[in-house]
Parts: sequence; structure tokens; C-alpha cells
Amino acid sequence: MWDYLKLAILGLTALLAAIAANYARDLAYQVHAIIIMLVASGVFLWTLRQTEEPKPAAEQGYADGVIRAGVIATCFWGVTGFLVGTWIAFQLAFPALNFELFNGAGNFGRLRPLHTSAVIFAFGGNALIATSFYVVQRTSAARLWGGNLGWFVFWGYQLFIVLAATGYLLGATQSKEYAEPEWYVDLWLTVVWLAYLAVFMGTIIRRKEPHIYVANWFYLSFIVTVAMLHVVNNLSLPVSIFGSKSVQVFAGVQDAMTQWWYGHNAVGFFLTAGFLGMMYYFVPKQAERPVYSYKLSIIHFWALIFLYIWAGPHHLHYTALPDWAGTLGMVFSVILWMPSWGGMINGLMTLSGAWDKLRTDPVIRMMVISIGFYGMSTFEGPMMSIRAVNSLSHYTDWTIGHVHSGALGWNGMITFGALYFLVPKLWQRERLYSLALVNWHFWLATIGIILYAASMWVTGIMEGLMWREVDANGFLVNSFADTVAAKFPMYVVRALGGVMFLSGALVMCYNLWMTVRSQPAKATAMAPAE
Amino acid sequence: MAKQPNKQDPETTGHSWDGIEEFNNPLPRWWLWTFYATIFWGIIYTIAYPAWPLVNKATAGLLGYSTRAEVANDIQSFADANAEIEAKLAAADLTTVSDDPELQSYARNAGAAVFRTNCSQCHGSGAAGSKGYPNLLDDDWLWGGDIEAIAHTVRHGIRNETDEAHYSQMPAFGEILSDEEIAQAVAYVQKLSGQDADAALAAAGETVFLDNCAACHMEDGTGDRAQGAPNLTDAIWLYGGDEATLTETITNSRFGVMPAWGPRLSDAEVNAVAAYVHQLGGGE
Repeated sequence: MWDYLKLAILGLTALLAAIAANYARDLAYQVHAIIIMLVASGVFLWTLRQTEEPKPAAEQGYADGVIRAGVIATCFWGVTGFLVGTWIAFQLAFPALNFELFNGAGNFGRLRPLHTSAVIFAFGGNALIATSFYVVQRTSAARLWGGNLGWFVFWGYQLFIVLAATGYLLGATQSKEYAEPEWYVDLWLTVVWLAYLAVFMGTIIRRKEPHIYVANWFYLSFIVTVAMLHVVNNLSLPVSIFGSKSVQVFAGVQDAMTQWWYGHNAVGFFLTAGFLGMMYYFVPKQAERPVYSYKLSIIHFWALIFLYIWAGPHHLHYTALPDWAGTLGMVFSVILWMPSWGGMINGLMTLSGAWDKLRTDPVIRMMVISIGFYGMSTFEGPMMSIRAVNSLSHYTDWTIGHVHSGALGWNGMITFGALYFLVPKLWQRERLYSLALVNWHFWLATIGIILYAASMWVTGIMEGLMWREVDANGFLVNSFADTVAAKFPMYVVRALGGVMFLSGALVMCYNLWMTVRSQPAKATAMAPAE
Repeated sequence: MAKQPNKQDPETTGHSWDGIEEFNNPLPRWWLWTFYATIFWGIIYTIAYPAWPLVNKATAGLLGYSTRAEVANDIQSFADANAEIEAKLAAADLTTVSDDPELQSYARNAGAAVFRTNCSQCHGSGAAGSKGYPNLLDDDWLWGGDIEAIAHTVRHGIRNETDEAHYSQMPAFGEILSDEEIAQAVAYVQKLSGQDADAALAAAGETVFLDNCAACHMEDGTGDRAQGAPNLTDAIWLYGGDEATLTETITNSRFGVMPAWGPRLSDAEVNAVAAYVHQLGGGE
């Protein structure tokens, strides 16, 4: 019965997508309709072949297949996102790389959202979904709820990424930073995300442990809040049901405020809370030590999620946003400093009694430096939110440096650490292929981040000072083009930092691949097979 | 996972998830007191500055601070300091500005700032121009290089929608001349400017030039500022003096536009930027 319902839905979707492709008003919409049509008809055929076949016995134990797929997707999108980022860094240093040949699609303006979405949502999102599925099963001692719903979340999310990425290249965007995908892609993500919430909540409800582990609080706050942010910030009316363009429901400064309420909490709940969930599981596991303080985890969790949601207005200092809103955004950002650092303390102090592992275990080293970068960027952030500092830093490359010390240092490194932990476990290997290569990855990535962040600090502060420089009569001293020209050497250094970070990620992919390929499987007593 | 807990380890909470336990350590004191301090600072700050939204408006803060007022005060303080000399510049006879060292120095600095903000996008931050945008550092002027003429060009612009803009239009000779005649004219123009050119073509081109081009560019090719017709006998080119570019220019013509800055800048600013451009090197 359920199979026939699925067939009906898939067939109808394919049909509607074909009609939509026929009446499409723009290229992006047409390409998307064709992609949806192909996907729906493919899944239709696959389902049809399975219908009325004898079903294999329901699997027991942990559902690890979807996590393995998530690990592969994380590596793939990570390398893609780093590659595009490095390429556009070179485009900024050498504008001639915006080739006319690609007719706009290869220009910085189209590739930049491709880079940000690839690293945040494709790399980060897949890492969060995969690790949350792993962590919630282990710490709840329960199989993933919802049967194949986990697979729906995985493939649905990949479809969202493909629709978003092709949309950017073909020029479909609602021009909201980190929320560029157009209305139908947003609707699809909402469906996938609610399924994700159901799988995660269902597993927690089915847990066999009496208490919910701290990592799951963070994962759950991330899933719930991102759902809310996504829906509110993407409220819009399509111009046509057969076109990609839509008009925002909010206008003017209300729209700007909604956008940065979303934008900052994407940082807060996607890149901070979600990844703290990752840290709270993988750091104690890898260090084989108890978490430092339960009290601290509970206080900093509630303080963090209460305070973060207020901090958005600090993105709009000295704009049409009223001063009072800016003040609140700034004050809550500064108060957020210690709650953010609570996570750093709990992560670092978990190693007390096991500091010697820093010498012997490059995976722990990776996790520790990620916590270090987390602490640094969560100090830098509140500082930059202060109005007087912001008047210098805003619109400069300092912001870019800040974002990347957080994204490359914290999100990237903790994800790499988690991947090094997960791959041998998920593929039942004795150990990683090579710890020396982990060490290489560690140094390539670390030096890459330092080159990136340091060059952006220098160039950001320089351009901030050049922009505000006036002579004794109050006249501007520099033209905008002067500041652009002065930044050139730092742009080259930044791009080289990107090359190093990308090389490190490639080394990791090779190492993980060889771990799966050439390490012998663990003898018997394997985790339940998927 | 505390497989072998150290002797001095504190109590755990007694739970274990997948082997992970949690110590029951107290909150670090420095952490807690810093947290309290930021909260205390936050309360004080929101009393001092505009912060809490009420029914109709937000609290204004005890200090009466506003970002808009801060910027307005900044601008006003310079405006007050410069008011006297600014009025003098707005009313000045431009030809005599250079006689007053104080006014000249002020005009140059003010003009440089106006230039960097409004003109550098096309003419370059160093005023050296680029293809289609004249170099302002040399003494080759399309519409006149004395300070009054420069001010006029800045104020009204070139080939824009306003009535007083400089206006002229070169015909697209692709519709008038044959390809052969265009090639001859190109060779002649190259010869005029002292470049190597096919002698036979150039000789034939003289007739083409005199019949079609000399009305604006003059018989000797030195151009006419009244019509913005460039001098073709020097080595300075707005679009380029090579064969391909000249062929393109003659075939399709050019139509360079400059906005009228009079409606956007104050009189003092127009005068200042005229004085700045005039003293860059080529002013007459």
C-alpha cells in the first residue's frame, strides 16, 4: 500500500516537473524542473522494481549506512567548496581570471555564493547530519528512528545542494547572504529539514539511556532553530509559479534585520551549536577522558542559545537600523563571550589528565587546535560587534578573516577530527592508514589558516584606516581604488593559504580512502552490518 | 572514557553514554565572574545608550547618544572650520585662484578629495585615464584646458542629457565609405601621427581625409576643441592609434559620455576639482 502511495507521489511529481519545465520562464527554473523530473522518474522506476518483492528482514543495530554516505559526501563537498574558495581568492587577486568565456557563470559574483554554500551547507551540513546520526544512536543506545527516513534526509539534502549550486551558476538568487536559494528550493529544504528533525527526535525519544547527552542538546537546538530561521527569513512570494524569481515579504530595514537575525544565527546555531554537539562527543571519545564539567555544559548551553538569538543587529551598525536595536545586538554579543568560551573550556579541560596525547595523537591535536580557533573567533566576534570597533572593521576584509578563522579553524578542523575518528569505526578497520599523513594535514591546514587570517587582518585594518583617513580640512585622502591596489599582496598570500588548506583536505581524502581500501577489516565481532 | 580514572579525579555525575562520563567540576570562578561582569556592563551600557524598545519609541539612554548625530557633528565641525574659505572658493574667479596661496592649497586638497570620490572611477585614481577615458595629466585637451574650460566640462559634462553639455557626434563612416577608403584613411591618420604606414594607401587616404574628416579634425589633422575633435597628429590616443583600433573607430565611430556634475556637486566643489585637474600638469 505504502509503495503504491509512493509511486503515485513520485509519478505525479515527475509529471508536474515536466509541465513546469515546459512552461519555464527562465533557464534556472527550467534546468531545475528537468533535474526534479529526472530524479522523480528515477526513484519511481527504482520503487516500481522493488514493489511486491519480498522485503529483506528489518535491520537491527545501528543504522550506519547513511552515515557512511554522509562521510563520503562531507569529503566530496568539502574539497569542492575549498577548491571554489581558492579559485575565487585568485580571482580577487587577479581579476583576469573572470573569463569572458564562461559568459558570467564563472565570475566571482556567481561563484562566491557557490563557495559559501558549498562549505557551510554542503560540507558543514553533511558533516552535521552524518555525525548527529552517529552520535544520537550511540548516546541513546537506539537505532535511528524512521526506517529509511534517514536516507530520505541524506538524498533530499544532496538534491537541495545540487539545486542551490546550479541555481547560483544560472543566476537564480534571492540575494540574501547565506540564504540565496529561491523559493521552491527553500520549500524543498523545509521538507527535508522537518524529516531530519523527526529522525533525530524519534531516536532520542526511543533512547535507552535515562538522560539525554549534552551533544544531543546542541544538535537538537541546531536543528530546531535552523528550521525556524530558514522559514522566517525565506518568506517570499513567487512572481510566477513557473519562474524562479520571488519577492521578499519584508521590505527595507525590516528585511535587513530579518536577514541578519537569520545570518547571525546561522553562524550561531549551524556553525556553533551544531559543531559543539560534534565536539562534545568526539573530543571525549578520542581523548578517552570524561567531559570536564557537567555544570558548565548546562549553564553555557542555555546561556548560549538564549543570548545568540539577539546578536544579529551587530551586522547593521551605522545603517538605517535604529540605534537601540544596534545597542542590544552589541550588548548581547559581548555577554555571549563567556557562554561561548564555556564550550572551549569544556573541550580543552576534557584533556586534563591526557595532555600527553597531544604529542602522540595528531587527531587529538587537530581537535585541540579547532577548539583554540573556536575560542579565538568567539573572542574576536564580540569585540568586532562593539560599535566603535565595527566602525573600523565593517565592510573590510577583517570580517572575511574572522569568518575564515572560525570556518576553517573551528568547523573545518573539528570535522576533520571527527572524520578521522569515524572512518575506521564505520568501515570496521583497525586504524587509520597513516598517522603521518594526518600530521601533514594538520600542518598544511594550520599554516594555511594562519596565512589566511593574518593576511586578512592586515589588509582589513589597513583598508579600514585608509577609508577613514581625512586630511586637516576633513577631505578624504584615499580613493577606493587606492585601497584595492594596496590589498594586492595580501590577496595573493590569502590565496596561497587557501591552496594549503585545500591540499591538506586532499591529503585527508587520500588517507581516508586508503584506510577503507587497504586496512584489513577488524576480525569478527563487528558492529551490526547495514 | 575514564577507563583508568586518575586517583585525583573529581566525582562524575554517574551517567555514561557510549562510554562517555562527565565530571561534576564546579564552574571555573574566573569564567563565572567574567560572565557576571559582562552582564553588569551590559545593564549599565543599556542605561547609558539607546536600547530598550517601549510602546512608541525606545529608551534614548542617559548620554543622549545617536550614531546619526555623531556623524552629523563630525561633518559639521569640518564644515564650520572650512565655512569661510569654502564661501570664498565658491565665489572665486577661477583664473585668480592661483594668486592666493591659501585658497589654491585648499582648492587643491578639496579638489583631490572630490576627484577620488567622483572622478577616479573612470579617469583613474592617479588621473592617468584609460581606454576611452582621457588622461588628465598631459596637455592634450579635447574641450579646452584652461581652468574655466575645465570647470565648464566638469559642471555640464559631455554628450549627456543636459542642454549645456558639450556635444558633437562623429559619423559612423562604415555606412558612408567603402572598406578600401576606410583602410586608406587609417593609413593616412597613422602617417599624420608619425607612425609607419603603407605609403600608397596613405597617399590615397589624403583625399578621403580631406573630403570626410577635415571639417572637424582640420586639414592638418590638429583637431578642433570647439567640437571636441581630437588632435590626430600627436602620439596621444583616447581609444588607440593602431590599425585595428583606428579602423574600428572610423567604421563605427565613438560616443564618449561624461555626466554633468553641476547638479551633484556644490559650486565650491566644482571649482575645487577644476583647480585640482588644472594643476595636475597640463593646465593652460
